[in-house]
Amino acid sequence: MAESKPKPKIKKESVPILKQKPEDRRRNFNEVALGYTEEQTLEEASRCLQCPKPQCIQGCPVEIEIPAFIKLLREGQYEEAIAKIKEKNSLPAICGRVCPQEEQCQKFCVVGKVGEPISIGRLERFLADWERDRGFAMPKKPPATGKSVAVIGAGPAGLTVAADLAKLGHKVVIFEALHLPGGVLVYGIPEFRLPKKIVQAEVDYIQKLGAELKLGYLIGRTYTIPELLKERGFDAAFIGTGAGLPAFMNVPGENLGGIYSASEFLIRVNLMKSYAFPEYDTPIRIGKHVVVIGGGNVAMDSARSALRLGAEEVCIVYRRSREELPARREEVENAEEEGIICKFLATPTRFIGDEKGWVRQMECICMELGAPDDSGRRRPVPVKGSEFIMDTDTAVVAIGRSPNPIIQRTTGGLEVTRRGTIVAEENGKTSLEGVYAGGDIVTGEATVISAMGAGKKAAKAIHEYLTKKPFA
Amino acid sequence: MYEVLKNMELAPKIRLFEVYAPEMAEKAKPGQFVIVIIDEKGERIPLTLAGYDAENGTITFVFNEVGKTTKQLGILREGDSIWNITGPLGNPSEIRNFGRVLCVAGGVMIAPMLLQVKALREAGNTIVTAIGARIEELLFFEEEVKALSHEFYVATDDGSKSYKGLDFLRQILAKKKFDRCVSMGPVVMMKNVSEITKPFGIPTVVTLTPIMVDGMGMCGVCRVTVGGKMMFGCVDGPEFDGHQVDFDGLIKRQRMFLPEERLSALLWELQGGCECGRKQA
Repeated sequence: MAESKPKPKIKKESVPILKQKPEDRRRNFNEVALGYTEEQTLEEASRCLQCPKPQCIQGCPVEIEIPAFIKLLREGQYEEAIAKIKEKNSLPAICGRVCPQEEQCQKFCVVGKVGEPISIGRLERFLADWERDRGFAMPKKPPATGKSVAVIGAGPAGLTVAADLAKLGHKVVIFEALHLPGGVLVYGIPEFRLPKKIVQAEVDYIQKLGAELKLGYLIGRTYTIPELLKERGFDAAFIGTGAGLPAFMNVPGENLGGIYSASEFLIRVNLMKSYAFPEYDTPIRIGKHVVVIGGGNVAMDSARSALRLGAEEVCIVYRRSREELPARREEVENAEEEGIICKFLATPTRFIGDEKGWVRQMECICMELGAPDDSGRRRPVPVKGSEFIMDTDTAVVAIGRSPNPIIQRTTGGLEVTRRGTIVAEENGKTSLEGVYAGGDIVTGEATVISAMGAGKKAAKAIHEYLTKKPFA
Repeated sequence: MYEVLKNMELAPKIRLFEVYAPEMAEKAKPGQFVIVIIDEKGERIPLTLAGYDAENGTITFVFNEVGKTTKQLGILREGDSIWNITGPLGNPSEIRNFGRVLCVAGGVMIAPMLLQVKALREAGNTIVTAIGARIEELLFFEEEVKALSHEFYVATDDGSKSYKGLDFLRQILAKKKFDRCVSMGPVVMMKNVSEITKPFGIPTVVTLTPIMVDGMGMCGVCRVTVGGKMMFGCVDGPEFDGHQVDFDGLIKRQRMFLPEERLSALLWELQGGCECGRKQA
């Protein structure tokens, strides 16, 4: 026994995560980050100070009790630790992989003030994977309330709402327009960042909670929201249809062959598995010189997918500088390690095609940063006469996505903003009684976890609405 | 899973499918389409609806066996299932009493045109119809369309039956005043029809069937320039003003994946995919 309490010594460096080597992973679709081993997890968890007044929780959009789960983890109580996470988050294996923790929980970590913050996301991932490998523990089923909710969209927001409401005993039916559930988790984020079998396992879990999943139902066409409520007998509806409409640049030549929106490119590769063409029927064509326009995570995902599909050279063209890149730093590092070139301060002015209508070159103009714009970032301004040409036989336009308009167009009385997003209160309540909304359809393109946070709040509000009593 | 209730050959390599899909049958309207995925590894292909029957819960579509997916569909037997169908998608056609309407259809699109003609006739229009195919043997639904039309014409590319090409339409248009033209068929044909009606100032609606993946506005592969603006075939269409459509751009985009489509179909045939014995069924 120690005579006096030793002063805790903080290890300043977090345990590094194992990754596939860049020279290997640049040609395969297997997951890049391999995750912590049990030993590494415990070592990393031991760095947590268990602050009496934890700062990390405020950074989490779903308010996971982070120190509490880390304590249980450290004590070897994995089952209790994952249950603690799942009190707030039904999709931990996904969040452990794709949340921008450096901007959220880890940003507030006290250890981060003196060294590297605790790698909370990697601990979450370890526990979620541990649980999946041994089979999910199912929470006790509550008595049925007799109320039913239609959840539109099986993406992060919709799945969260479905899980929370099913756990409370409501009948939940999820209507998904595509033929597979997961939304952006299956059509957007590539296999090498988020294996699809993990998404499927988390969806299976939500179905086991009692939620029914209907695939290939485009609400607004098969049924409208008023029909679901009035004719199909649902007591409430949640709209989580995301931001799926691709933006284009409106420059000459954009309709040439070989120019994809990032959505098309990623849908082909991820959802339709065209990397396995012709075993899978959906084709994709990748040239030698691929350019990706944009600087967000979607641009990184597109560029890294193109490389894995066999491109000789992949170049990201971004109109601002490295400092303004909206992508996660980790993903930019991963991309550059794999050999992707970033060309900053340039933007396309036109595409030049061949006689068959296929893109051959892209003309760009150099930019310089001027005064800050509405977003607070310095506005890029074209430099006169600085045009240059790049050889391009595949181009991916990754400059953003906007809300899908189908529900807004087919739901009378639903208040919509000028940008096409649905107007909703903090708890997801829309202008229509019993209709709630959350995620990208309300905020515009954002993150998986913020959509889940909105889903949490909406589920709580829907429960209150259905039971006319406050949430316990 | 959606059960195939009827698989019928209308002409060589042209098949009509009736599928049990009661929720879609109840909702469908003329001009809409569905996205069909044959199995877990399948591609998503758009097919224009050629009919629907809310009472019996069926939808009908007609396709040409040209690519891997359509060939694979072709050998399905009655009682077999299609993995997923999504729909109805796209904006329904504008159906009202326009007055005198010229309906021009070619190839497989004769089938959805029959649906249009029915709806336009019920709305009180005078219907003048022209249907066409490359050769006489590929024509179908002649009697059905004729029965619903006030005037009826047939044309073939090679002149093997009736008129050769579509030039005769000019004479028809010169004789009487038309209030609207509806055209469905190969892009080249719709381009041709739009060029013919333009000098007469007849509002002309064409149904575009560009390449699609999701079919609900997400991917943008179906983009087409209409009146100088970028439109999406799936959510802004599928019907557009034929006098505004950039047909040449569309033709190029439709050919984008031709080599891959050929490879896919060839491999499937080499692996014996087509030998499953459709004739015995």
